[in-house]
This record gives sequence, structure tokens and C-alpha cells, in this order.
Amino acid sequence: MTFRLEGRGLGCERDDRWLFANLDLTVGPGEMLRVEGPNGSGKTTLLKILSGQLTEHDGELRWGGQPMRRSRTTFLANLLYLGHAPGVKAALSPLENLAWYQALNGERGSESARMTALDEIGLCGFEDVPVGQLSAGQQRRVALARMLLSPRPLWVLDEPFTAIDRQGVAALETRLQAHVVRGGSVILTTHHELAPMAALRRVALGVS
Amino acid sequence: MQVVEPRTGLAVAVRATIKRDLTLMLRRRGEVINPLVFFALVITLFPLGISPDTALLAEIAPGLLWVAALLATQLSLDVLFRSDFDDGSLEQLLLAPQPLPALVLSKVLVHWLLTGLPLAVMAPLLGIMLALPVESYAVLALSLALGSASLSLIGAIGAALTVGLARGGVLLSLLVLPLYIPILIFGAGAVQAAVLGASAAPHLALLGALLAMALMLAPWAIAAALRISING
Amino acid sequence: MWAFIHKLGSPKWFYAISARLTPWFWAAAAVLLVVGSVWGLAFAPSDYQQGNSFRIIYVHVPAAILAQSCFAALAVAGGIYLIWKIKLADMAAAVIAPFGAAMTFVALFSGAVWGVPTWGTWWVWDARLTSMLIQLFLYFGVIALRGAFASRDSGAKAASVLALVGVVNIPIIKYSVEWWNTLHQPATFTLTERPAMPADMWLPLLVMVLGFYCFFIALTLTRTRSEILRRESAKRWVRDLADGHAGGRR
Repeated sequence: MTFRLEGRGLGCERDDRWLFANLDLTVGPGEMLRVEGPNGSGKTTLLKILSGQLTEHDGELRWGGQPMRRSRTTFLANLLYLGHAPGVKAALSPLENLAWYQALNGERGSESARMTALDEIGLCGFEDVPVGQLSAGQQRRVALARMLLSPRPLWVLDEPFTAIDRQGVAALETRLQAHVVRGGSVILTTHHELAPMAALRRVALGVS
Repeated sequence: MQVVEPRTGLAVAVRATIKRDLTLMLRRRGEVINPLVFFALVITLFPLGISPDTALLAEIAPGLLWVAALLATQLSLDVLFRSDFDDGSLEQLLLAPQPLPALVLSKVLVHWLLTGLPLAVMAPLLGIMLALPVESYAVLALSLALGSASLSLIGAIGAALTVGLARGGVLLSLLVLPLYIPILIFGAGAVQAAVLGASAAPHLALLGALLAMALMLAPWAIAAALRISING
Repeated sequence: MWAFIHKLGSPKWFYAISARLTPWFWAAAAVLLVVGSVWGLAFAPSDYQQGNSFRIIYVHVPAAILAQSCFAALAVAGGIYLIWKIKLADMAAAVIAPFGAAMTFVALFSGAVWGVPTWGTWWVWDARLTSMLIQLFLYFGVIALRGAFASRDSGAKAASVLALVGVVNIPIIKYSVEWWNTLHQPATFTLTERPAMPADMWLPLLVMVLGFYCFFIALTLTRTRSEILRRESAKRWVRDLADGHAGGRR
């Protein structure tokens, strides 16, 4: 079974202001979609629609050929969404944070897998420190470690490069590319210049 | 890349959420203790404001204890979803491939375990200070334990509706306190019945019925309210 | 059926159809209220126990009935808005809530005034008055919540959820307050409960209740119409309408 996220005629109106309208897009295996546009053009809103958080919009969203309303649970099981806020609890350690995220998906996971993921993302030695004591960049890395833990085909990332140092950015870029090469798909917004990639497509908002 | 089939695993998710919230609250013990101190403090104010006359205090004690416990629960509600909202984990909770009402129910359960239940255990101690007759202590604790579960559930609806607002505290009381009135009436009524030597069973049964109804309806209302707040 | 509901939900269509209905409701409200007031205040017999002071019933009871109906209407509008996302329902809800609060206040105030000759005091913790008071707080909550959101759409949705939660709770609050009341003040004299009111007393009351309803419908229609114009002011049909008016005057 393959997957594909399709949006037809997407539009969003908030308080009588149209952020965007009549947007068609599809993302399938091995594809990366970059949403571009100036501040306030509705990038985050579009990502919230594409990740199934905002259900009030014009047009139709389909996952695997089925309308989102019917395939919502399957869709969510396949989705990894990272928003503006990293979504990690300051009073918990990186290990505990990751354990909760795994459990939300219904899997118990193993401590060693979580350790490996944290090591790989560059948090070796910080596994048991409360996240509140880590820097902003390290906190974001804890969130990024979720990419390595459970294989989800669709990644929806809102400004994933925020607060990350140069090496981290390079590593994340490679990781995104590897995910796409493996047949996953990525939708992201970023102000950062991405290294050229074959499968990269763009959607521009707010150019009227 | 393989498509992931949705796992069931609701029990795993619920257990992990309960464990996570318990750990969080126990690491910030102040938030657990503050409502209890508030409860004791409010009860201390009444003899000072009214009269230390034991006969008078004993007569109004059931109502005082219940009103003070209700306010203490209400004050502790604002933090129920607030920190999750601020750090973005509420967003992630809403994206979990699990039924949201079940997940919020486990959060409310933790709130009750660390607020309502301690208040119920502590109430007889304050009952002594208000010269409440000893026979009513069991009913006092039981009615508070039952009633505060409904208070947590109903209050969570208000907390979910106001979590996106920068200063939702006073508004939250305005929304929630009118809805608390039936629970206050039956809860204080149970203690009063016990003081008078009558059976408190009807009151407790009604509190149980209210709890059953709140358990049935509130999780859905909380889930809907959270979805609205997260996109506000 | 489905198409009809969506057509009804279209502000433009509603604006056109309500233009024809509104004057009729205003006229009916005026006639019924005048007839009911004159009949009730001047011609209905006075009460053997309370004398003429009972005539306040002709304001108190219609206001109280309307106050409750408004909350039900608020919840229905909220439900329609949440489920079918029909904006017109929210425009109506935004208009109904302050009116319902005002009616609740009128019922409370007339009850307090009535209390002076009957109980010799402005306020007694009578079951009906107490649940009215709680309902006033519920109205305040709905209105305050709607106003607290920066985004109008989010405020509307939150207020709708609260109205639905409130409407589930109102009967519970009502019965628990009644039960509490009988427990604490057995056999008090209740304002409006009386054995078999004669027809020449309740007929004017019925006329007044109908008059209040017509007034409510007329006012809601009129205010919803101006709300439509305000919210849809950027839409083409509203601009055409405004241009047409301006052209006509010139």
C-alpha cells in the first residue's frame, strides 16, 4: 500500500480574511514539498491543515485516496508533525519525553532505542538531564530525535532549523534527504536556504 | 517506505499519559500543595471573620468546607492544560492516533488524584477546627472525594476553553462556578444530613449520578474545547 | 431538504427573506403587547390574596419564559454552528445572548419588586429566583467568553460549546436548587404557583407571552440583519446594496 497526501482547492478564511485559496498540491513517496511565502501569508495555517489539525477549510484533503475524515486515524499514525514549539516538557528528561511520544502512538519502545536516537541527534550525556536545563537548540534536538525513533512516512515540519547550530543544520538536511530517498515524504517551511535536492518542489503563498 | 498501520495500544498511551502527568506534578510539588494550603487558609478566615463560637461554626461547617474545597479545586484548574499549551505538547497530544477524550480523561484523572483526593482526606482535619461533629467525618471525606471528581471534569471544560487566552483565570471562574452549584448543593447536603443523624445515602447517590453523567459527557466537551483553543 | 438548509444558511438569502418577515413580527408584537398590557393591568380581576400587586406577573412570567427559551435557542444555534459550520447561526447566537441576559435581568428585577409587597423584602432565596440568578451568570459567562478571544471565529466556537454545556446543566441546576429550597425553607409561598387561575387572569398572560415572543423574534431578525451587513460588508452583494441605496437617494 502506498500513500499520498492530496489537497484540492484548499483555501482558508479566518475572520473574513482569505489567507489563501484554490491551492492544489500532492505529496507522495520520495517527494519533498517546501511551502514558501512572506510572514503572515498562512504557511503555518497551511501546515496545520495538511497535518489534520485545522479541519475548517475549503477544498478537499485526501490521504491514500480516501477523504481525510474517514482515514484520519491511519493518517495520524503515519504523520510526524513538529510545530513552532518543540513540544517537550521542561521538567522531564529527554528519555522520558521520548517515551511518552512513543507511547502516544501505542508502542512501548525500548530504553536502548531511545538512547541510540539521542546519541545520534547529538545529545549524548544529556539523556537524564531535565530538558529545562538544556539550551533552546538542544531542546529542539530532543523533538527532532522523534524522527529517528518511530518510522513515520510523512513529516510535516514547521521551521525545523530554528535554534539549531550549523553542524546540526547540515545533519538535519542530510536526514531529510535520506528520508526522501528511502521513499518518505516531507512538507516543510523554512527561511533557511536548502541545499539543492532532486525531489524538491515548492508552493508559494501570498504572491498575488 | 512502508505505510504504518494504526496500532491500537490505547492502554499504553493512557498509562503513559497518567505516568507522565504524575511525574510532572510530583516534580513541581508546590502546585500540588498550594491548593491544600489555600483550603486550610480559607477555613481559618471564617472563624476570624464570623465568630469563634463553636455552636455557630458547627452549624455552618458543612457549607464552609464544601465552598472552600470547591474554590481550591477551581483555582488549581488553570494549570491543567496551560503548560502543555505553552510548550507545544498539547498540539502533539491532539495529533496522537488515539481517541482524544480518553487521553484528556487520563489528564483529568491525575488532576483529581492530586487535588480532589488530598482535599477530601484533609477536610476532616479542618472539620475538627470548625467543631464539626465526629460522626460526619466519613461522609465529609466521601462526599468530597466523589464530588471533586465531577468538579475536575466540569472544570476541565472551562480550562480547555480558556487555555488559549493569555489571562483566562478570572474568566475561568466565571464559566465554571455556576456549573458547580448542583455538586455544592448535594455535597454540602450530604454532610448536613450526616450531622443531623439522617442518612446521607440519597445525597451521595445523587453525587454519584452527577459523576456518571460528567464522565459520560465531559471528555467529549473537553476534547472539542481543546481543538478550538489550539487553533485560536 | 439539505439544499434548503444551506440556502437558509446563506446570509444573502436570509437577508432578503427576513426583510419581508420582520415588519409583520414587529406589528404583531406591538398589537399583542398593547392588548395584553391593557387587559392585564386594567381589566383582569385583582387577586384575592395579593390585590393588585399580582399584576406584575404580566411582566415577570413572560420575561422568565423568554429567558429560558433564549438559552435553548442559544444552544441550538451553537450546535448548528459547530456541526454544519453555518455562520448565520453564529450571527443569531451573538444577538440572542445579550437579549437573553437582559430578559433574565428583567425577570429577576420584577421578581424582586414583587417580593416587596408579598414577602416584605427585596430578596428571598426562592427556588425560582435563585435559579434565575444562576442562569444570569451562565449568560454572562457565554458573553464574556465570546469577547475574550482575539479571533472572532474561535470565540464563536468556544461560546457555542459553553452554551451546549450550559443547556445540559440548566435542568440539573434547576432541580437541585428546587430540592435545596424545599430542604431549607419548607412551604414558602411561591410567587407564581397558584391553584387554577381563572381564565380572565391567564388569558392576558398568554397574550403577553406571545407578545414577548414576537418581540424577541422581531428584534432578533432586525439585529441579525444588521450583524449580517456588518460582517459581510466586504461581500459584493452588500456593496451593491449600499450603492443602490446611495444611488436611490441621489
